Parts: sequence; C-alpha cells; structure tokens
Amino acid sequence: MTQLALVIDLNTCVGCHACVTSCKEWNTSGEAGPMVDRNPYAAEPTGTFFNRVQSFEVGEFPHTQTVHFPKSCLHCEDPPCVPVCPTGASYKRPEDGIVLVDYDKCIGCEYCSWACPYGAREIDEQQKVMKKCTLCVDRIYDQSLPEAERKPVCVLSCPTSARIYGDVHDPESEASRAINASGGYQLMPEWGTNPANHYLPRRKVEIAVREEDLQRSDNPLRKEDRGPRRPTTRTTLDDSTSW
Amino acid sequence: MKPALSVILLTTLIGAGQGLFLAWYSAEWLTLLKLLGPAAPVGGALAAVLSFVLLGAGLLASFFHLGHPERAWRAAAMWRSSWLSREVIALPAAMALIGACAVIRLGGLDGEIAVLGNGIPLMLSTLVGLGAAAAVCILFICTAMIYACLKFLRQWHSPLTVLNFFLLGSASGATLAAALAALIADPRFGYFAGLAMLLTFCALLSRGASLARNRRLRGASTLQSAIGVHHPKIRQLAQGAMGGSFNTRAFVHSYGASVVRLARRGFLFFAFLLPLGLLTVAAESAPLLCAAAFVLQLAGMMVERWYFFIEAEHPQNVYYQVIS
Repeated sequence: MTQLALVIDLNTCVGCHACVTSCKEWNTSGEAGPMVDRNPYAAEPTGTFFNRVQSFEVGEFPHTQTVHFPKSCLHCEDPPCVPVCPTGASYKRPEDGIVLVDYDKCIGCEYCSWACPYGAREIDEQQKVMKKCTLCVDRIYDQSLPEAERKPVCVLSCPTSARIYGDVHDPESEASRAINASGGYQLMPEWGTNPANHYLPRRKVEIAVREEDLQRSDNPLRKEDRGPRRPTTRTTLDDSTSW
Repeated sequence: MKPALSVILLTTLIGAGQGLFLAWYSAEWLTLLKLLGPAAPVGGALAAVLSFVLLGAGLLASFFHLGHPERAWRAAAMWRSSWLSREVIALPAAMALIGACAVIRLGGLDGEIAVLGNGIPLMLSTLVGLGAAAAVCILFICTAMIYACLKFLRQWHSPLTVLNFFLLGSASGATLAAALAALIADPRFGYFAGLAMLLTFCALLSRGASLARNRRLRGASTLQSAIGVHHPKIRQLAQGAMGGSFNTRAFVHSYGASVVRLARRGFLFFAFLLPLGLLTVAAESAPLLCAAAFVLQLAGMMVERWYFFIEAEHPQNVYYQVIS
C-alpha cells in the first residue's frame, strides 16, 4: 500500500517561509481555495494556511541553536480526525494514504480539529469548512505537468531541499532512504497516530579543516617559495637597438 | 479549549429535558406499581411537552455551532464510527418518541393495550415512554462520549465524563419535575423533590471526583515530543503567524486564573449546593421557590459546562507557547 508523505529535514531548513507562501499561492488558486487572507499587508495579518513555519531556540545562551519547524498535516496512518467526522467529509484515501476533506460535505462542526492532537486543521472563516494540507493532490497526479513538477509545491519551492516527498511504505523511495539514513522520527509518538510525515533531526556538523588543506606543501603552483625573476642572458630587442 | 456557547446551551438544555422525562417516567411506573400515590391528570402530558421543548431548544442551539447548518442532515451518515453522528440520530429520535408520548396523552389516544402479570394495566403511553426513556439514556451516552472518546483531551477522556453528563442532566431535570409537580399540585411532589436532591448530591460527588482527577493531570505531550528535539530548554521564538490563527483562536482561552476559579466556585454553589438548600426548604405549596431552584441550577450547569471546556487542555497548545 502506498503512503505518500513529506520528510522534513530540520537540519537544512533555514526558516525562509518559501514553502508557506508557495503553498498558499498554489492552494488558494486551486481546488482548495480560496483561502482566507485577512489584512495581508497590515499590522495583524491572519488567514488560512496549510503549512506554517515555527521557530524555536534550543539550549541556553551562548550554546543555542535556532530550529525552524515547518508544520502541516502529517497524514497519519491512523488518523484520529477521520472516524469522528459525522458526515464522512474527512477521509483517508486508501490508494495513497492522503487525508482529505470533501468541502461539499463538511458541515463545519470543528469536531475533527478537536480530535487532531497536532492542530493541523483550520476552519476557513469565509467558506466555513475545515481545510488542511492536501499534499497538493491536485498537482501530484496532474499529467499536464512535466513529471519532475508532479510534487507538492512546498517541496519544489524549498531552496535548501529540506523537504523530501515520496512513498514512505516503499523502502527504496528517496523519502524512506532519508528516514532510514538520518534517523527520521514522528511527532508526538505518545498518541499512537503513526504520522506518515517524518522529520529528520538536527545533526552536529563538524567541519574538519586541516593545515595542509589550506597550504599544500606539494602544490606545484605554490607561489610563496618562488624567488624574484632571474635576469635573462639572451639578447633582447632593447639590447640590439640601444646604440 | 475555548468554550462554545452553542454547545453549552445544547448540552445543558437537552440534559434538563432528558432528566425531566426520566424523572416523570420513573414516577409513572412507581404509580403503576402502586408504590406512589396517583398522578395529577395533566402532569404526564405537560412533562412530555416541556421535555420536548427543551430538547428542541437544545437542537436549535446546536445549529449555531455549525458552519453549514443547511448540511446538518449529512451528519447522520457516519454513525458507525462517530459519536457526534450517533447523537445527531439519537436526539431527534428521543424528541420524536417524547413528542409521541405528548400527542398520545393530549390527543386522548391513550388506552390499555395489555395487562401485566399482577393485574397492572400497560398503557400505550407507558409503552411508547419506554422507548423514549431508552432513547434518552442512549442520548446521554452519545452526548458525553463525543467528549469522552477524545483520548488526547485527557481531562475529558474518562468514564466520569459520561457519569457527569448523566447525573447533571438528570439532576436539573428532576428539579424541574419538582417545580412542575408543585405548580400543578401533583401529590407526588415529595418523590420528585427527593429524587432531585439525591441526583444533585450524586452529581456533586461525581463532578467533585472529576475535578480532583483533573487537578492531578499533566499534559502527556511536551514541546520536546511535539517537535522531536530532546533538549530540556526550548523557547518558542515564532508561532508561524503574526495576527493569530485558527489554532490560537479556537483552542486557547484568554480567561485569567481568578475568573476560572470564580467560575468553579460559582458552579459548585449554583448547580449543587443552592438547589440542595432550596429543595430542602421548599414545600409543595412553593412552586416559585422550586422554579427558582431549577433556573439557578440550570444557570449553574451552564457555568459548569463552560468550565468543562476551560478545563480541557488540547495538546496542540504546546505548539503555541508564545501567543504573539
């Protein structure tokens, strides 16, 4: 069974919010839109977003690290938001494991948002229906796009390639290999929701700079040891014309 | 959690309506079994009508909770998995059966349909009432399980939630039954007042137990498990939205600790202690005092339901340490 998901590398995320804005741009103009965008250029901008980046400071000064944490629906393998929905508007697709909301069936009772421990669902205050990340379901199967672009737009927009998209049930996929290689983990494992999205942890990066990397002793182009140019013994044009 | 007024009205009003029906129906059986004196002639019909009106008012209030009330009929679809869907079926079913009881009584359609073992006549209204009583009990369970089934909300995820909904609803309904009995001079007033006091006392014990339980509860989710960074010192710098979001508006309340404490003391007094006191001194000849006891108790129950929401801590709130 396929389970499409995102793997987010906290080690490379720089918190630029490109995924946030590209997500909103794609989804507000697509099947899930329009998404509320109130006071976008004023003091208190607010609205519906499927993806947000939060920032945390870990440690105590001066030994601190800033962790940027992109947060969206995790497409749980055992999603607690789906069985509580009274209308069946919330559902998990058996073919690819994406958790979706049928906006035509949703009555806006907000019960699913109570049942999600991650706070991944948001009511759209204009359309009065529950919305959430669709994993760009209206993009990833679009045959009119070149194959390389059939990915969630947040993955495509990430300038540091911190977001990996793929089938986490296929051990050979790029996503599974990243999870296995870098110790990918799930959020709030204590609730047993088994989120499909994984996060790759912060890793300590040591840059090994050795003296000989900076100054190679056998460098044939090494200029430092060269002395001044020796005077030439051959007759030059100046010699033969200086009568 | 942020309290939702429509849900507070829904659960308290239907609770009182359900309790009233159960109180009156239990008296009906006791009269039938000759354990209680005869009933006042209009009481049964009046109780059913009043109960129907309370359930209807609760149902009406629930529509204000929905973003799309015109699609509410769809909510009956997922009864196999969703307690909310089950409530959506149980509430109109209970209303229909209680309404049928009222119509049978008011329309003079009541009659003996069978004779039980020891010569007790079984009336049509009693038989329909049995179905209504069953629907009312199922409705209590469905309403409470909507909250109790959410395992992430640990303050709600307890059998005490179901017990509280049942006892609090039954208590306010029994107080209303006592007020109604006093108003129409039903000779069984003593039974209703006693039942109301007993249920109010049991509800106080059960609510007290859940208050004690919730006081000791700590959230199972921490910022460490929420973002998967296992360092004891994590400070949130940005929540990902400048003007707030649905997450900060729907799950985080802004009431201070003193307001919450006042509400707790208020509901303990108005929903339990004051009605107990008023019912102790109230006599058959004091319908106004009984009515006052009911109104004050219902108001107390609404504050209790408000506090029930305030009490519940949603794990998503750990992502919003800084409300900026």
